[in-house]
Amino acid sequence: MITGLILIISPGIFAQEPGSNPAPKFVSENIECLQCHGRKTYFYHNEWTDMMVKERMNPYYIIDSALFYASNHRNFKCTDCHSSEYQSFPHSGLLRMELGYTCMDCHGGDENFADFQFERIEEEFIHSVHSTRHSEDFTCWMCHNPHTYRISARRDLIPDVVAYDNEICLSCHANINKFQLLTDKINPGILEKHEWLPNQKLHFLSVRCIECHAEQENDMLVAHNIKSKEEAVRLCANCHSQNSLLFTSLYKYQLKESRREKGFLAAMALQWRKNNLITAMDSIAEVNDRNESTDGSVASVVPPFIIGSGSNPLMNLISLILFFSGLLAVMVHVILRIIYKTS
Amino acid sequence: MSEYYYFYPKWLRLWHVLNALLCLALIVTGVSMQYTTHVNSLIRFDIAVNIHNYCGVALTATYFLFFGGNLLTSNGRHYLLKRKGIFRDIIKQFHYYSLGIFKKRQPPFPLNENRKFNPLQQFSYVIIMYICMPFIFITGWALLFPEVILEKFLGFDGLQMTDFFHIVLGFIITLFLIIHIYFSTIGIRKSNNFISIITGWHRSH
Repeated sequence: MITGLILIISPGIFAQEPGSNPAPKFVSENIECLQCHGRKTYFYHNEWTDMMVKERMNPYYIIDSALFYASNHRNFKCTDCHSSEYQSFPHSGLLRMELGYTCMDCHGGDENFADFQFERIEEEFIHSVHSTRHSEDFTCWMCHNPHTYRISARRDLIPDVVAYDNEICLSCHANINKFQLLTDKINPGILEKHEWLPNQKLHFLSVRCIECHAEQENDMLVAHNIKSKEEAVRLCANCHSQNSLLFTSLYKYQLKESRREKGFLAAMALQWRKNNLITAMDSIAEVNDRNESTDGSVASVVPPFIIGSGSNPLMNLISLILFFSGLLAVMVHVILRIIYKTS
Repeated sequence: MSEYYYFYPKWLRLWHVLNALLCLALIVTGVSMQYTTHVNSLIRFDIAVNIHNYCGVALTATYFLFFGGNLLTSNGRHYLLKRKGIFRDIIKQFHYYSLGIFKKRQPPFPLNENRKFNPLQQFSYVIIMYICMPFIFITGWALLFPEVILEKFLGFDGLQMTDFFHIVLGFIITLFLIIHIYFSTIGIRKSNNFISIITGWHRSH
């Protein structure tokens, strides 16, 4: 038991983000629950036989304490959300009827969470295939486990955010056990279904699933209206073009966030670090080079629109014509001044 | 016998030199960003963006020196366009630059204490300083605070329209700068106007 406790509250679990997060508030209170629910097996004293019994914990009721104490809900007591009657063991059978909280019970209509646009998220979710195809079976918890969910976008590097967010989708769509809880299909077959996608690996590492599979709104950080697979983005030009909504929302997001974190002056210098831009442009160049080498034709992939990078050939041409017309006029005037010897 | 007029007080010369240096930096970095590709760019893209951002903010600050100076001193009167005959005068000046100057005619609007700029000069300065500059500041600051930009503008993406206007204005200002510098070589001597903006004294016929 003591060994178990040491495992549960070992200092390592708080070392995830040193300095950035103070220790969780209710570690000692939560030990009561996590001494059983934080492990795959638990022990209890059977009063009838007067023996210690070792039991296996239902895997759906195991809470990974390390993940919990790194999550957004780390400063809650278990009994903040679950009945305080769970404090007695064995738990009453009636507690199984307890209704769990939904996200909106706490986050809905609260000004403190206004930035996260929970109401809009709910509205988008209601229209998504997750809701329309699975009715009430599908709740927020399916993707956002309240015991582990961590809003990562605000402090992590973009590739880490992509990996974290995609893991949420893949936890069902690449996991037959979870996938089959909601559908009769045998295998999600993610890799086969994305075989058509050029640079599949690069896309998976750099782009969130929702960028192609959800309806994008300019001012919505995380789209929740997941569309059916028939409606997913399949045109390269939807992203690799001058008029990409994805680009617009990324530009806005990146600038806003870096300003919030570093302040206005520093944010100006931090936007478009070399890595972000050059990597994006290099990957396009790479595709172009490959296209050229395999079929000999000039690549058809359009470079992404970059603020300040004039990728509109017509505008570039018009501006060059106007510019050289101006220069020509000046040159003619200079020549005439020389000929007529005017000052 | 030449006459001298004190056209450019110290604050104006200070503003002018700051304005000139910042505009040059903005144009060079702006052009570099505009024509950048993944392999070639005049200045590395992220460095160009950083210089452009800081110079843009600094230029906005210097604009207040210009605007405030014109508001508080008599220099502002030179930017007040007259209502009647303005285009006639502009055409007259244009005519002088395109023909009269080669026939060694006298300028139609000789400069003096009350007329620091000829009509063409005055008109272009007003357009650049009171229309183009404020709009390039607004669009530039909007690109730094993109959340204030309308999502859609005339059916186009608001952010890209803002960027488009910013680039077009930058282009107009660049053209103006070239013509401005060239026309500065027209005077009693070619170096005359350049010396004036350093010493403050303008030499007239």
